[in-house]
Amino acid sequence: MGFESANNNSILSKLAINEEHGENSPYFDGWKAYDNDPFHPLKHPNGVIQMGLAENQLCFDLTEEWIKKNPKASICSTEGIKSFKAIANFQDYHGLPEFRRAIAKFMEKTRGGRVTFDPDRVVMAGGATGANETIIFCLADSGDAFLVPSPYYSAFNRDLRWRTGVELIPIHCESCNNFQITTKAVKEAYENAQKANIKVKGLILTNPSNPLGTTLDEDTLKSLLNFTNQHNIHLVCDEIYTATVFDTPQFVSIAEVLNDNETNYCNKDLVHIVYSLSKDMGLPGFRIGIVYSFNDAVVNCARKMSSFGLISTQTQHFLAAMLSDEKFVANYLAESAKRLAKRHKYFTNGLLEVGIKCLKSNAGLFCWMDLRPLLRESTFDSEMSLWRVIINEVKLNVSPGSSFDCQEPGFFRVCFANMDDETVDIALSRIRRFVGVKRSGDESNAVEKKQQWKKNNLRLSFSKRMYDESVLSPLSSPIPHSPQVR
Amino acid sequence: MALLSKLATNEQHGENSPYFDGWKAYDNDPFHLVNNPNGVIQMGLAENQLSFDLIEEWIKRNPKASICTTEGMESFRTIANFQDYHGLPEFRSAIAKFMEKTRGSRVKFDPERVVMAGGATGANETLMFCLADPGDAFLVPSPYYPGFNRDLRWRTGVQLLPISCKSSNSFKITIEALKEAYENAQQANVKVKGLILTNPSNPLGTTLDRDTLKNLLTFTNEHNIHLVCDEIYATTVFDAPQFVSIAEIITNDEVTNRCINKDLVHIVYSLSKDMGFPGFRVGIVYSFNDDVVNCARKMSSFGLVSTQTQHIIAAMLSDDEFVEEFLIESAKRLRKRHEKFTGGLEEVGIKCLKSNAGLFCWMDLRPLLKEPTHDGEVTLWKLIINDVKLNVSPGSSFNCPETGWFRVCFANIDDQTVDIALVRIRMFVDGNNDVKENGVAKEKQHWKRSNLRLSFSNGKYDENVMSLNMMSPNSPIPHSPLVRARN
Repeated sequence: MGFESANNNSILSKLAINEEHGENSPYFDGWKAYDNDPFHPLKHPNGVIQMGLAENQLCFDLTEEWIKKNPKASICSTEGIKSFKAIANFQDYHGLPEFRRAIAKFMEKTRGGRVTFDPDRVVMAGGATGANETIIFCLADSGDAFLVPSPYYSAFNRDLRWRTGVELIPIHCESCNNFQITTKAVKEAYENAQKANIKVKGLILTNPSNPLGTTLDEDTLKSLLNFTNQHNIHLVCDEIYTATVFDTPQFVSIAEVLNDNETNYCNKDLVHIVYSLSKDMGLPGFRIGIVYSFNDAVVNCARKMSSFGLISTQTQHFLAAMLSDEKFVANYLAESAKRLAKRHKYFTNGLLEVGIKCLKSNAGLFCWMDLRPLLRESTFDSEMSLWRVIINEVKLNVSPGSSFDCQEPGFFRVCFANMDDETVDIALSRIRRFVGVKRSGDESNAVEKKQQWKKNNLRLSFSKRMYDESVLSPLSSPIPHSPQVR
Repeated sequence: MALLSKLATNEQHGENSPYFDGWKAYDNDPFHLVNNPNGVIQMGLAENQLSFDLIEEWIKRNPKASICTTEGMESFRTIANFQDYHGLPEFRSAIAKFMEKTRGSRVKFDPERVVMAGGATGANETLMFCLADPGDAFLVPSPYYPGFNRDLRWRTGVQLLPISCKSSNSFKITIEALKEAYENAQQANVKVKGLILTNPSNPLGTTLDRDTLKNLLTFTNEHNIHLVCDEIYATTVFDAPQFVSIAEIITNDEVTNRCINKDLVHIVYSLSKDMGFPGFRVGIVYSFNDDVVNCARKMSSFGLVSTQTQHIIAAMLSDDEFVEEFLIESAKRLRKRHEKFTGGLEEVGIKCLKSNAGLFCWMDLRPLLKEPTHDGEVTLWKLIINDVKLNVSPGSSFNCPETGWFRVCFANIDDQTVDIALVRIRMFVDGNNDVKENGVAKEKQHWKRSNLRLSFSNGKYDENVMSLNMMSPNSPIPHSPLVRARN
């Protein structure tokens, strides 16, 4: 018929054809294994347990209780319906004033009231995903670069680079000093970029860190701020895990550092915060992304861009009510931290009992496991082999360090806040069994290992073309057999 | 080194146009039936506020549709936690079904092709990102929705090339005009990737007939370029001729079904106009091209619909009985309002383009122009805002190639307000006629009556509001500290 096929470069855009969305990475096995064989305590107790999703499911009961007591927060309840029309009809991209105030107040509370936030600087976005992309669109041109401490959240590759055309230059952090960001490493990354004639527009980091679960200390933050200020480049702090801090040291927000005597001379126009309620409140489905910039022009620009990803007013209205309830918020934050601390302790202790160490962490919904002792050799191939074994044999979907651009093989991120206590126990017992087996496997010959592999009845198929699923947030597709995939 | 990006400093977001007066006037003096009966009536916003009672009634009867009611609570955590960018399956099925119903069930829609976006705003931008590279162009029949300048061009770097439509043939899109625009682009070495149109049309309120659609489709197919149909006003059709969706053309028509490359056809949809839910940001990309569905779905991560909203929409739009009733009643009320308003205009000699859809009409005020120029139109417009105290939208803001046309929205106000608006128009037209007969003096009196200062200096404000007037989402909040800070 003479049609050009859909794969012909001239029909679709370059964006549609390149792989920069990052979803065609080889890390789809975990998802596929989970998809084909998802754990269910009753129906499927031998299925794969999902530990690759950084979700906070520990405190829904508190939220549900609040909702029961506050029917007016919903525009669909008998008590709230009189607001329905006004709310459904409201499309001002400034957002509901009460929503912005509630978010500003919540951001203050999660930082212990140590700093105030201006509701007029609160700009909406489509989740932190949208917020991160938007801030890059505001600060950098296509071809410019942002530095990012690694290991880092893998979806940054899509969110920060795909449609913006901006490059990411990792600042390598090492296990020998607990993956802390050193000024030396930052300088090195920056200077390499200069030599390669790449224009660095800023530095973006996640604090508390994903995947490390650690918070940056005040000195490091100050050094980073001094560095960026000195070079007149931007500093973007993704503080999405702020309220997941469950232990000392206390969280220090970049907003606090800006106020500090030592650093308050720094140019505020270069400092920006990304926030969201997906992790702190466990509401990823509601797409609550926030850009908070100290730069007026950026607030303005981001606000115009927010048109492409505003928060549903139904959701704005609901959150405005809930987050304005100071008593609820105070109680929620305290209880959430408590439960996270408990779960973290339980899980990391369980790992320790079988000799698995985790990076000491005080935040996040995951821990950074050191499985280097279990590697056959200190290579990424070995890491991938170990990972496949963990998925297919131990039946836990965890995330290998290489997917976070970690430079040292053997580290894995494992999430613990998206399941109940019983499931945690099952996961730990599986790990216990595996480590025990592995140890004896190492000691005896390879035959036993081969037997283990035979027991595994999942086909290991690694063809990249078939699936474009991986573990980004929002999720790629746990819906199997999508016709588009076939 | 420039501190911010080029995007942040260029004016391509389109909001710094000189048309901020309408908004400012409204902001300073907003009409309220009781509190401010002499204020400016907002007739620049294409909103559908006529049928909320039906929706509210449904909500009362269906508490389970909300995850925040006692009845619906048990779904809260699953819904709040669900972030799969495919969206809730029930949401996609409900949207597909609704799209079928709004097209009289003349064509089927596949839920697997329903992709979310941040409102039609996000849907339009997403499609551009999928179909064109920076520097490429899309043809667009003009007059067109001013928000396109931002949505289709700003961050994508894609150009818009208007196809001029003329009043002499009721602003229909002709193949000659289309060919001309396309060939001019070729000569200028601009790569045209497709044609985008809004059907039913904003600002015209007309629907494309079957033949025109087929001709457009034949043209794009022949040139191997895309056809994007923004059908956001699909359900606002209140009169014959019946709405014909591009989906019907490519699916039901034997000839086109065989010869047309479906990979080039895409639909944008939203619930902002049909249901009156602009706040809920329910945007949909529906493509017949698998790769585009895939790509748009990945991009939807940047603007998904809140699952809280997906959930209630899924419930509401799955209620067949409600949907049928709503569609009939909504069309009825729109027709009635349209008749009342255009009838009232007719009585004072103001004609509107004959239309059968939309939330507005396209007024022909050419007879009222002092001179048939852009300046003449702007002068008349300022008069209407400040004297007649109606915020309407001048044709130039829609890139209309002819002067003297104005879009006036009628579905965002109640009956009493419509009456008041008509009275004011009557007074104005009569007054204008007096002036023409009696010379200058009366005109000066008109101006004196207006106590709004006409300040048209562009320098002071960077919240320029004309396109804000008509772009969705928009920003009507005055006195933002950020605006004042600059001075």
